[in-house]
Amino acid sequence: MVEVRQISKRFGALRALDRVSFEVYDGEKVVVIGPSGSGKSTLLRSINGLESIDAGQILVDGVNIHDPATDINKVREEVGMVFQAFNLFPHKTVLENLTLAQVVVRRRAKAEAAERAMGLLAKVGIPEKAGAYPSQLSGGQQQRVAIARSLAMGPKLMLFDEPTSALDPEMIGEVLEVMRTLAREGMTMVVVTHEMGFAREVADRVVFMDAGAIVEEAAPSRFFTHPTHERTKLFLSQIL
Amino acid sequence: MGDPTEPPVIEVGDGAAIPLKRDIGLFSAWRVAFFGAIAAVTYLAITRPDPYLRILLFVPDGILVTFEVTVAAILLALVIGLFTGLGRLAKNRLVNGVASLYVEVIRGIPLLVQIFYIYYALGRIVRIPDLYSAVIAMAICYGAYMGEIFRAGIQSIPRGQTEAARSLGMTQTQAMTHVIIPQAFRVVLPPIGNEFIALLKDSSLVSILAVSDLLRRGREFAAESFSYFETYTVIALIYLALTLFFSKLIGLLEERFGADKRAA
Repeated sequence: MVEVRQISKRFGALRALDRVSFEVYDGEKVVVIGPSGSGKSTLLRSINGLESIDAGQILVDGVNIHDPATDINKVREEVGMVFQAFNLFPHKTVLENLTLAQVVVRRRAKAEAAERAMGLLAKVGIPEKAGAYPSQLSGGQQQRVAIARSLAMGPKLMLFDEPTSALDPEMIGEVLEVMRTLAREGMTMVVVTHEMGFAREVADRVVFMDAGAIVEEAAPSRFFTHPTHERTKLFLSQIL
Repeated sequence: MGDPTEPPVIEVGDGAAIPLKRDIGLFSAWRVAFFGAIAAVTYLAITRPDPYLRILLFVPDGILVTFEVTVAAILLALVIGLFTGLGRLAKNRLVNGVASLYVEVIRGIPLLVQIFYIYYALGRIVRIPDLYSAVIAMAICYGAYMGEIFRAGIQSIPRGQTEAARSLGMTQTQAMTHVIIPQAFRVVLPPIGNEFIALLKDSSLVSILAVSDLLRRGREFAAESFSYFETYTVIALIYLALTLFFSKLIGLLEERFGADKRAA
């Protein structure tokens, strides 16, 4: 589904990504962890072209993302993204947040888009909030709406950029629950997170990044019990 | 963290201040000035109908023209301003350059000079009524300031909004029209209100053309009657009452549209 080949990215003097290669297979759930500034968000954002890259190649479903000839909007229709700060549209109701891109981008009829949106709101557990504005929702509810908004496009791949980092502790569970359900249904997911419990439980593979490079990747059972690199051991000892 | 914050307030202040709610509560300078102006005019008209009442009866046509010029110019300036603001943010060098040049040039020339210039420049190309060239001159001038307001308003919308829209597959234009500009509009309402008041006052400059606005009607009356002091007293008080009235009205409108359903 995703093939990242030797990508590099600099922010001024900072080497955000240094020849990173990595792939995600159909239906796979990959959790990316690492200290802040390790390049994990940059990696995730480069997969749907929100971040440009200086070198290398990224193929999503065989399409070269950073080729100027690629219609990036077409690719993004298939790649959902959930942000740390939710980024719901504050001037639109929850329902409108879910229908806007369906109508504008997918050219669906309003009624069809609304029906689909209501189904997804039920799925994330807040159908009663359809008429509310984002500011009237709790953080956890907003993030669930954001997930539903992405799903409304019918993506093949979902990217999660620290989806629970901006949430109060008691709201993290409800968002992770929605993500678990999604994983069970077979969605291909790349999740950048600090939730180790989620990684252990849901991930097919855990990728550990540090200083713009992938240090280690392994199945969670091996990764958490027998990390091979010193850097990984140090990181795990600090957070677990 | 993470809560959608209120849109930041941008301060572009060169007009009469729209009173903050807090200020109104503290001491009612607005009320004193507004009702004072009306009371003063009324008192003068009753106690000395000649010339005050005669002045009052002579100028209403002018108020209407002043109002027409202001409204027409602000509407035109809004359109020019929106495109200028977008142009200033455009990546295209030519578009950006033209928009920036327009803003820099216009902001560097006094409005009165612009009004003369545009009036005579237009006069060389087409024959249009003075009223129209006055409106066009005002709009071209205020469009530049409005452009800066729109630019600031659009820039005040968090990057995450564009990113969310783009990640859903929207083009840059779709993200602008459906997500960014509607939100920016709310942010720019207060400064646009200020511009409206400023334009209302600056519209008095068009009296140098053959446009019979409030000030020009006053000048006509004064020239005939030789009661200069009395006439300009009334004119000043009418402008004062008008601007105060509209600043209040705009303040109320903002309260309604600014603090809408977004408030939790």
